[in-house]
Amino acid sequence: MDIFLQQLINGVVLGAIYALVALGYTMVYGILGLINFAHGEVVMIGALVALTVIQLLVGSGIALPGPAIAALGLLVAMPVCMALGYAIERVAYRPLRGAPRLAPLITAIGVSILLQNVAMIVWGRQYHSFPALLPATPHQIGGATLNDLQIFIVLLAAAVMAALLAIVHRTRLGRAMRATAQNPEVAGLMGVNINTVISITFVIGSALAAVAGVMISAYYGVAHYFMGFMLGLKAFTAAVLGGIGNIAGAMLGGLLLGVIESLGAGYIGPLTGGFLGSHYQDVFAFLVLILVLVFRPSGLLGERVAERS
Amino acid sequence: MLEARGLKVSYGGINAVKGIDLEVGRGELVTLIGCNGAGKSTTLKALAGLLRPAAGRIHYNGSDITARPAFELVRRGLALVPEGRGVFGRLTVEENLAMGAYSRRDRARVDADFERVYERFPRLAERRRQPAGTLSGGEQQMLAIGRALMSRPQLLLLDEPSMGLAPLMVQKIFETIRAIAQEGVTLLLVEQNARLALEASHRGYVMDSGVITLADSAPRLLGNPQVRQAYLGE
Repeated sequence: MDIFLQQLINGVVLGAIYALVALGYTMVYGILGLINFAHGEVVMIGALVALTVIQLLVGSGIALPGPAIAALGLLVAMPVCMALGYAIERVAYRPLRGAPRLAPLITAIGVSILLQNVAMIVWGRQYHSFPALLPATPHQIGGATLNDLQIFIVLLAAAVMAALLAIVHRTRLGRAMRATAQNPEVAGLMGVNINTVISITFVIGSALAAVAGVMISAYYGVAHYFMGFMLGLKAFTAAVLGGIGNIAGAMLGGLLLGVIESLGAGYIGPLTGGFLGSHYQDVFAFLVLILVLVFRPSGLLGERVAERS
Repeated sequence: MLEARGLKVSYGGINAVKGIDLEVGRGELVTLIGCNGAGKSTTLKALAGLLRPAAGRIHYNGSDITARPAFELVRRGLALVPEGRGVFGRLTVEENLAMGAYSRRDRARVDADFERVYERFPRLAERRRQPAGTLSGGEQQMLAIGRALMSRPQLLLLDEPSMGLAPLMVQKIFETIRAIAQEGVTLLLVEQNARLALEASHRGYVMDSGVITLADSAPRLLGNPQVRQAYLGE
């Protein structure tokens, strides 16, 4: 088996999911200058809501094909997450709009803890197995395997991101979002209701989070009330790697981080003679975060801070 | 058309505007002059809905608009070209102009207005696909004015339109301001360049330390010895 190719494939799949989550961080940062640390929890809620819907459908005995059940789970999770994202901004961040930056940051961590605990009460502490609803037929390419689920995740993520880019760059709403990100006061002078734009930004980011939550649970076959924490941190790292506030950067950062992490996990064993194993996978994301913050804090595609006036 | 009574505004913890009365009649070009920090920009921001007045009332076209947000006022024909121009540097020239027409639904007339702005400022037409951040200061000021015109304002507030521009460009901007006024747009202008501003205006106000110290017709202000000494550099 070709380790490099295999880990590259795994990394692209993982990276596509990271990218979807990273977009939520970067869009909110771009407009509010706020790191929404509760975003990972929105992913988690999306996964668990979808899981509940799927369990109900499977348990009900209605004969639906697996992909249809998964799609229904996602279709319920998305509006739930969108409403949650809207509510988080409305309740937790909007009252702090003029406050020093530390206040909303601490609030974000508070919201994150709150959502974890609510999820723990609702879904319990245990790991839930996420049923395999999509065919995982493996395909051999050049000594590596690639299954249908992986192909599907990458294609869906690409489609969602293409749709997002189209909204941001081709529509009146997207233009208002970009204008607001650059100068909210002047955007207001143009007739843009900033509060609406901010709400929509949270809602779109949360819809992407729901998609990512269902993907990651389906991919690993498991969902858990704490799953959003590490995923959120990694997606945040991806957003920083790409240049926080930059949409294309979040996509690139997510993909790169997934690949770096997978290659790292694949090679760390052989390179250390088996001393360190692939469970050190998580180290790589944070190594990347530290390196970016030290050597290129603006990220790969980020503008210099001076241009953000 | 616009009337402020007893307007007080604080900005950054300072009482920048300490109870002023100000009026702009339909079709007028009115200038507000004064030194740096006199409270001119703060006044404009409050009139345009960017700052909430601490006291006083603002009436526009007969209705009370005190503390109404800017995004509502622009829909009612009150636009502000902010100090420092405020162009969206990473949006193209065309996208900036489209932002000006953000709250308009009349597509056909918006398209016609694009052409009018490009006719008025041919430089913008040449650069329509460029990010606005790549324009020169003068071009950015043209863009900021053109963008405000895209909202079809009845009342246009201009904050320091000549600031930081080369003398030739200042002339060009003032020609544009006169032309806009002749087309029937009411204008309230805040300017450092008091002479040029008053020469273009019908009336003027002199502001000092948050209060209005003089209000008169522009020709009389130009002839006023105090004004000549303090603001016209004589």
